[in-house]
Amino acid sequence: MLAEVGRLALFTRDAVLRGLMPPWYFRQVWDQILRIGYFSLPVVGLTAFFTGGALALQIYIGGTRYNAENLVSQIVALGITRELGPVMAGLMVTGRVAAAIAAELGTMRVTEQIDALTTLSTNPFKYLVGPRIVAAVLTMPILVGIADIIGILGGYIVGTTSLGFNSAAYIKNTTDFVEFTDVTSGLIKAAVFGFIIALMGCYHGFNSKGGAQGVGRATTNAVVSGSILILAANYVLTSLLFEK
Amino acid sequence: MAEPHIVLDNVHKSFGSKHVLRGVNVGVGKGRSLAIIGGSGTGKSVTLKCILGLLQPDSGSIRIGGEEIIGLKGEARDRMLARFGMLFQGAALFDSLNVWRNVAFGLMQGERKMKAREANAIAIDKMAQVGLGPELANANPADLSGGMRKRVGLARAIAPEPEIIFFDEPTTGLDPIMGDVINNLIVDCTRRLGATTITITHDMASARKIADDIAMIYKGKIVWHGPANEIDCSNNAYVEQFIHGREEGPIQVDL
Ligand SMILES: Nc1ncnc2c1ncn2[C@@H]1O[C@H](COP(=O)(O)OP(=O)(O)OP(=O)(O)O)[C@@H](O)[C@H]1O
Ligand SMILES: [Mg+2]
Repeated sequence: MLAEVGRLALFTRDAVLRGLMPPWYFRQVWDQILRIGYFSLPVVGLTAFFTGGALALQIYIGGTRYNAENLVSQIVALGITRELGPVMAGLMVTGRVAAAIAAELGTMRVTEQIDALTTLSTNPFKYLVGPRIVAAVLTMPILVGIADIIGILGGYIVGTTSLGFNSAAYIKNTTDFVEFTDVTSGLIKAAVFGFIIALMGCYHGFNSKGGAQGVGRATTNAVVSGSILILAANYVLTSLLFEK
Repeated sequence: MAEPHIVLDNVHKSFGSKHVLRGVNVGVGKGRSLAIIGGSGTGKSVTLKCILGLLQPDSGSIRIGGEEIIGLKGEARDRMLARFGMLFQGAALFDSLNVWRNVAFGLMQGERKMKAREANAIAIDKMAQVGLGPELANANPADLSGGMRKRVGLARAIAPEPEIIFFDEPTTGLDPIMGDVINNLIVDCTRRLGATTITITHDMASARKIADDIAMIYKGKIVWHGPANEIDCSNNAYVEQFIHGREEGPIQVDL
């Protein structure tokens, strides 16, 4: 366990110090932005939509106990931008992207493609790890920004169709209430989660051994450790960002 | 006499409690080709990976042209690696890239940074040298047969015209005719480049064809080293057993 933490720390250092230094492989970065960001849009959008809808319903039902059902729009907006948007998007992207990265790099490891890169004068940290980290850190905030909008929209649709809120009032309540920092705090979280996702995928992929089974194990480990680290980081970030 | 081009001096390497290389001593003269023979799991691939710095030896010295290369870092290591080409045991083609981009990879990366158009022309030329037509340039490596993959790997290894080339079991898993084709390609390519080469093989026909010298490795040590044409009168019990493929002899097979 301790040895594992040490290995991860060394890997992180290499990933940052070597992976993010020139030469930069812009083509690789662009490919990864498409793969990590663009193709995650449907998953993240759907997740946010249903989460927003369910949240509105819950708050309304729970709120009736205290005559607080009018707070639906505000609480949905807060919950989505501060917590659920980044966390749900982070977890969904972990399932999709960290797994894909671990499987791809793991296969490259066991078929000696990573060794082959080195013999062809290409540092695998710069060619494989760096672009994935950059792409994930850049695209996660964008994904979460979109998730925020769609999540609030989900709440709005449930609120105005089945809970009987007035459409204009719902929108006004939301826009009056949400502050700039509610959104930015979520986007900061998203960037950190992006780093975790790419790092976990690369780390487990790079260290996989033992053929197809080893790659399978790397994929599972990437998703499990990525998800747990995201939830842990979320707690730490929440306390750092919101505790005065 | 000057030191040989590649020198391994008492190289040791263990994985955990498994002592794989136990003091490998071998040298290859400039422009010469050495074949390393030996049973499965005796440390042949590990030896090459130690020279390439893909694995870090525990002790000993590895020198290229007199320069110690163990522990080289950063730019010095990059410069050293640029002198090598390697054909991996399983070809190790990049399956995210098509055939010509695989072949041209070493040209477009690293020091050279060749433009795609120029690199493409060279790649097509190198593919022709290993008997692959230009119609395969845009094929996906995953769609090729084993023999074709080996040839793409070979073209990729020689494309940057390195001064040292390693071939890890170039003919294993190929039919005898394709094996001979590959052997001839290796001989041709290395003659043309004047490269120093090390070839790992189980295949005696291949070793005789490719090599000037042959070294036999057993249990992590070189047990015989001599000119290829003396392999049949080596008077070495290990070599005799290996080239005749007998079960009885000093080499014990762990079952
Ligand atoms: N990265 C590694 N980690 C642990 N053990 C390893 C590693 N690489 C090789 N070994 C072990 O070292 C020994 C020698 O391996 P090597 O690949 O050099 O064999 P080889 O002589 O090339 O055999 P073959 O002819 O079958 O390819 C094997 O027992 C192998 O299990
Ligand atoms: Mg081998």
